[in-house]
Amino acid sequence: MASIDTTSESARRPFEGRRVHLGDVVLQGVAGAAAAGATALVLLIAWKVVDGARPSISKFGISFVWHDVWNPVVGREAYGAASFLFGTAITSFVALLLAAPLAIGIALFLTELAPRVLRGPVTSLVETLAAIPSVVVGLWGILVLGPALRSHVEPWLHSALGWIPLFGPPSSAGASIFTAIVVLTIMILPIVSSISRELFLGVPAELKEGALALGTTRWEMVRGVVFPYARGGIAAALILGLGRAMGEAIAVTQVIGGGTTISWNLFNQGDTLASKIAAEYQGATSNLDVASLIYLGLILLVLSLGANIAAQWIVRGVARRHGVTRGGRA
Amino acid sequence: MKGAGEPSITIEPIMRVETRRQPLPPRERLETIFHVEGLDAIYGSKTALKGVSMEIYKNLVTAIIGPSGCGKSTYVRCFNRMNDLIPSFRMNGSIRYHGQDISGSNIDPVAVRRNIGMVFQRPNPFPKSIYDNVAWGCRVLGMKDDLDVRVERALTQAALWDEVKDRLKASGLSLSGGQQQRLCIARAIAVEPDVVLMDEPASSLDPIATQAIEQLMHGLKSEYTFVIVTHNMQQAARVADMTAFFSISRGEEGERYGELIEYDATEKIFTAPSDKRTEDYVTGRFG
Repeated sequence: MASIDTTSESARRPFEGRRVHLGDVVLQGVAGAAAAGATALVLLIAWKVVDGARPSISKFGISFVWHDVWNPVVGREAYGAASFLFGTAITSFVALLLAAPLAIGIALFLTELAPRVLRGPVTSLVETLAAIPSVVVGLWGILVLGPALRSHVEPWLHSALGWIPLFGPPSSAGASIFTAIVVLTIMILPIVSSISRELFLGVPAELKEGALALGTTRWEMVRGVVFPYARGGIAAALILGLGRAMGEAIAVTQVIGGGTTISWNLFNQGDTLASKIAAEYQGATSNLDVASLIYLGLILLVLSLGANIAAQWIVRGVARRHGVTRGGRA
Repeated sequence: MKGAGEPSITIEPIMRVETRRQPLPPRERLETIFHVEGLDAIYGSKTALKGVSMEIYKNLVTAIIGPSGCGKSTYVRCFNRMNDLIPSFRMNGSIRYHGQDISGSNIDPVAVRRNIGMVFQRPNPFPKSIYDNVAWGCRVLGMKDDLDVRVERALTQAALWDEVKDRLKASGLSLSGGQQQRLCIARAIAVEPDVVLMDEPASSLDPIATQAIEQLMHGLKSEYTFVIVTHNMQQAARVADMTAFFSISRGEEGERYGELIEYDATEKIFTAPSDKRTEDYVTGRFG
């Protein structure tokens, strides 16, 4: 047998000649095409949105952003994004303000405080919240949450904190900006809490032990070690939540009621960029109307991309900082 | 002047450190700080340690040595209730600290840990500045007066001050492994504990960093009581006044558990142990 092998060319020089491995080529091609496709898709969508908004852009220019009139009546057409931008800003920021402490609290409970037997089931339940289709959340908002807020929470807030312009007199309809805020809070809660939970789980046990060994309480340990360690990641999670809240269309459309004026009163009806598009695109009356709605979409796209990039930027900063940790340990 | 052939750096020979140890006073003159009696440490249904009884004396360095898996880390973590973090863990028996049993479930582990500090196997500085690593514990525990003085004193005691005094605002993580471990020692002693537990504090360090830590233990034992777990017998021989040898024993059903075999003056353990198992271990014949 040995004599046969030594006569064969390839057996004598087994490492020479780079061969083409079919599997590698296919993998390279498929993976590369997928990556290129995704990139191309982002660019294509961006271009399509700009293109669709062009009639409105050329008519109103950048001042579209701060004009707050939206009048599709032919002959007196005027379009501006300001009231919807305002609606998007106020709903998403207040929702984030409500969701942040709740989400971080849930994450802390699930990682540090809850009895171990509860952690698994409660974690699954919280994540299930994210699986409820937004249109179903919206229905619940219309049928249950809206009326409940309207008849109990809103009057109470108005009588207790009415001196703050945000808590003006409740409107007669069940729909309000406030209902949209609560719906958005519920919708961003799972994503923020599940990312925070991962971050808290990522805090090295030895750091927590180091803090506890000094004789600190659990809360002091959380405040002194867990929060600072997870801070950057939580900021990124909050921004992702903000992006989600800004972009949510259906559920907000269902509960916010529609309105074209800027109102600081949370109990009035309103509209956001996303809900305006969702509510009116089908019934748009003219080319300019359609283009203006797409222009709203363009603004929303820029805001969402901005939020996403900010979150990525923060995450990268955190990764760099933790890279120092590993280097220091080596 | 040094002779031409002499190396410029002299590393202290091991024996020099060892001979610095003072002869032990007679046991009746030593003050007992821990009185351990019949201690069992159990994880779930598995017994890690069985029937440990010993006294630990104030202002001495006590070493816990033994093979891997003999429960020496578990043992030392009983003293500051660190095992409480493991849900299935429980202890039987008693650990009296200055006469008071600290092993019961009615004891507040936070209060225990304020008196009994700990340094861990791997350096675990907080992701904070060097200054804040030391100051944080003081602040949280309400020792806020003269914080700068406190930090400087702790870093000096941990033999780190000269190396870091110009960069106290730098991250604790920017230090080398040996410096990080001294920072953790400074952090532990800044809150003025009574006892400092050390769980293999030098196992991830190079010999020079190890020596620095051993020397600082020598320097500090007049103020603190040290209990050090080590897998390194030379280290025990160098730093410890008393040495406890733990080993793995087999029960009737073949289950393995850790057990205290012999506890005596370090000199005696290493030169004239009374148990055959101790002798086998310290002479390297452990199988």
